[in-house]
Amino acid sequence: MPSKMHNAGRVAHARRMVQQLRIEASIERIKVSKASSDLMRYCGEHAKSDPLLMGLGASENPFKDKKPCTVL
Amino acid sequence: MRSPRVPEMATQEVQPNETLTHLKTESDTLKTKLEEERAKLHDVELHQVAEKVDGLGQFIMKTRRTLKGHGNKVLCMDWCKDKRRIVSSSQDGKVIVWDAFTTNKEHAVTMPCTWVMACAYAPSGCAVACGGLDNKCSVYPLSLDKNENLAAKKKSVAMHTNYLSACSFTNSDMQILTSSGDGTCALWDVESGQLLQSFHGHAADVLCLDLAPSETGNTFVSGGCDKKANVWDMRSGQCIQSFETHESDINSVRYYPSGDAFASGSDDATCRLYDLRADREVAIYSKESIIFGVSSVDFSLSGRLLFGGYNDYTINVWDVLKGTRVSILFGHENRVSTLRVSPDGTAFCTGSWDHTLRVWA
Repeated sequence: MPSKMHNAGRVAHARRMVQQLRIEASIERIKVSKASSDLMRYCGEHAKSDPLLMGLGASENPFKDKKPCTVL
Repeated sequence: MRSPRVPEMATQEVQPNETLTHLKTESDTLKTKLEEERAKLHDVELHQVAEKVDGLGQFIMKTRRTLKGHGNKVLCMDWCKDKRRIVSSSQDGKVIVWDAFTTNKEHAVTMPCTWVMACAYAPSGCAVACGGLDNKCSVYPLSLDKNENLAAKKKSVAMHTNYLSACSFTNSDMQILTSSGDGTCALWDVESGQLLQSFHGHAADVLCLDLAPSETGNTFVSGGCDKKANVWDMRSGQCIQSFETHESDINSVRYYPSGDAFASGSDDATCRLYDLRADREVAIYSKESIIFGVSSVDFSLSGRLLFGGYNDYTINVWDVLKGTRVSILFGHENRVSTLRVSPDGTAFCTGSWDHTLRVWA
């Protein structure tokens, strides 16, 4: 009995794996060259509005101090 | 395939084994086919295409704020949509809400457990969710009255059978997505605590998750101790894509801002970029000198920079397109355990085992 149950469990698991792989194998894919150029284009289009990339000055970045330093 | 009949006594051993062998063969065939299909489209490397892009100059990023108050390791943090408040959680069992501009603590909750590994801010800014070794995710509405006992209003939402590793509100305060050491992710209704969908497929603890940007639709990505990053359909519960190229636990996953790709950080000391439409890994961010695991990753607003928090106490900043490191930041005195860029991209915050959080810009 126990071995039959064990096998049934393994079969069920294997069946799920095959189902999953079928789904993954059937999706549509694009070439890496196209995917890469799309990523690059997105970066380029949004670069100017990326504060960490552009380096905002103290006047625009709330985390950068506006107060001048005083040496005590 | 015919549905299985209960095997007769005489063939009891033979039938299940035959089916098993047949399935194993089909499984191997499919895996080979997947690899072949992916390889056919691998015509170039991302960094090669990116050669024509201008290189990045020097970056000067410094600690602008240090948030002190936790009594033990900081494990997780999240930004409020107002771009100034932060929620953080710690091994000491405390969840603190900070105003990052002033460094003031606005709220503090003591959880009934230590190791609060996950916390998240609600989109409205009116509540926070957290959990950890208690195996639950609880939601605390934030009161304007600083004296009010937040713990009294606590709502238990999620129940897992092992630790809560990550949580995130979806587009509203009404639903929470969780991942757990029990190997599953789950979607919950906050009001009723009802389980709306569960996501099975990881073979070990799930350590992290990230929701796709709202324009891209109802998917999320998760990473786990099985070295896999899985992309899920939130409505059906189906795993639609799976990536297994890391050599160790995946501690952090984060979508690229367009939603077409995601980055991961792993105990194998690398960060990687996976493009969802090419269905493959398209970049590895690593150096021979970097040997400690990555705990957390996040992109700058344009997706050009990838920030990684590492177990060697540093933050490495990567040029996502060219694959090179552009900066290394020092400051924390122990592992960086969590890292998030602010909603408007003006700064990023890190949490560390040194008990502090730092805001960098």
